[in-house]
Amino acid sequence: MTQVTPETIVPQVEELILNMGPQHPSTHGVLRVILRLKGEIVQGVDVDIGYLHRGVEKIGENITYAQFVPYTDRTDYVASPANNLGYVEAVEKLALMQVPARAQYIRVITAELTRIASHLLWLATHALDIGAMTVFLYCFRDREKVLDLFEIAFGARLTVHAFRVGGIYHDPPKLFYDKCTEFAREFPKAIYDYEDLLTENRIWQSRTRGVAVLSAEDAIDLGASGPILRASGVAHDVRRAEPYAAYEDFDFTIPVGKNGDVYDRYLVRVEEMRQSAFIIEQAAADLPSGKTMAKVPRVLKPKRGEVYHRIESPKGELGYYLVSDGTDRAYRLRIRPPSFVNLQSISTMMQGGLVADAVAAIGSIDIVLGEVDR
Amino acid sequence: MTKENPAAAAEPEEPKEPPAEKPSASGEKEAPSPAKAEKKPDENLEDLPLMKAIRAFSGEGVEEVSSFTGKEDELTVVVRRDQIHPLCLHLKDQHNFNFLADLCGVHYPDRDRPFEVVYHLYGLERRERLRLKVRLGEAEAAPTVSDIWRTANWLEREAYDMVGIDFEGHPDLRRILLPDDWEGHPLRKEYPVRGDGFGLQWVERHIPPAARPIAHRE
Repeated sequence: MTQVTPETIVPQVEELILNMGPQHPSTHGVLRVILRLKGEIVQGVDVDIGYLHRGVEKIGENITYAQFVPYTDRTDYVASPANNLGYVEAVEKLALMQVPARAQYIRVITAELTRIASHLLWLATHALDIGAMTVFLYCFRDREKVLDLFEIAFGARLTVHAFRVGGIYHDPPKLFYDKCTEFAREFPKAIYDYEDLLTENRIWQSRTRGVAVLSAEDAIDLGASGPILRASGVAHDVRRAEPYAAYEDFDFTIPVGKNGDVYDRYLVRVEEMRQSAFIIEQAAADLPSGKTMAKVPRVLKPKRGEVYHRIESPKGELGYYLVSDGTDRAYRLRIRPPSFVNLQSISTMMQGGLVADAVAAIGSIDIVLGEVDR
Repeated sequence: MTKENPAAAAEPEEPKEPPAEKPSASGEKEAPSPAKAEKKPDENLEDLPLMKAIRAFSGEGVEEVSSFTGKEDELTVVVRRDQIHPLCLHLKDQHNFNFLADLCGVHYPDRDRPFEVVYHLYGLERRERLRLKVRLGEAEAAPTVSDIWRTANWLEREAYDMVGIDFEGHPDLRRILLPDDWEGHPLRKEYPVRGDGFGLQWVERHIPPAARPIAHRE
């Protein structure tokens, strides 16, 4: 006779493999996530990426340094000036180039506008995923204003190609700076609209609090950066740790979360938007005069060597590792994409969580598949 | 950095430190090494506390020391293959390099040891950076560091996928961006920029003729 133990009484629960994506509205592009479930509990996660792989690094090794700038627009396409910035600064570092102060300030203004635009798009779609429709409309209303500013300054809205190696090609018209100041003053009021809708909202809190928690140790070990790392309580921001462009001239605080859950990531990003508006206001107020473009040789041939340059993109640490062999093309062009590395932490986040929270977890990382797959 | 570099380049009389050169001089031809050809290693790089610690730990395992800017922010240390794993572990435990910022592979087909794995280490508390490199021969595998930093898991998979570097002891080494049955490794220098059969074979195997991109239809 068989012994009766709890194991024999509890019916055997079979594992279920659930495929999510690549065509799924909440994966924000073409991300495929394979969930291993036991009942409602996520036992394991495998992530399938590469659907948008275009071989950007290979392309970069076969065209000149200046020609590659528009390609960087297409990696993280919702925050293209940030990608331009990381790349052109890496090339400038390699070519030992000094960029005029005015260009540095314009870069800071544009990079912070980008951060606002990227975070707004994130907040809009993330809230929509979780079920808050109104926030989506508010965020797109304000993101439109940022895109209008890009249009005034650089003539394009999404893939802006804002910066050139050596500075800014055209000094934006005065209207741009006036509108930036106006936007920076008005925008914090709009943030109250989003916070009114979400921060104290009980449904929002119960969908996000304690969901997809990532501890500080795990976040560091997994190489997470940007808002993910800060929401876990690590006050690391490349703008502060290794100031680039003109960031050492500005006053801003680094918001830090406590619990490392989806809710804290939301709070950190909302506060970052406020800080970005504050930086824009400061930069537009004391903009240096002068040229916006350094003297750049027609054929740029940096000397042999290698540099790694990183910036704080809206998604996290964006790094460019360039190896020059003395010709006009990079010998090796490596993009360290923040989304790719942050996405790796998803299996740790979702382990033991509910399948219903998968959407919230994926959304909270703020991935752009163009950057993950390159 | 712009001010610093002409100064560093203007003192060519500085001596190369002999211990750094010995193993690499015997191990391979030095000509295609891009970091070294223009500039000799700065003697003050050796005075950095971090560099002293690496020397004390790895000793003869250090093959080359250089820095593009002549300063510690671009400090690059090439170490022997058997040293990379213990050194990374030591740097993480004793020197607070708790953050692996990046890991990638580079292909130098002209060298005796054609592959290079580049590690970008960062210490979040002390805000220190370090670039480590290990050079590999055609059939050699790099020891995995994914047991030291979990970040390395996907980064090593990408280096395997793109450059074809094998990582010994990696828990799950398979392609990450390209399909599993893809042939070749695109970031190798001999891989063509345009198709030439590489992608076409895959398309023919997997995609029915009617669904193919126009360029691939008969």
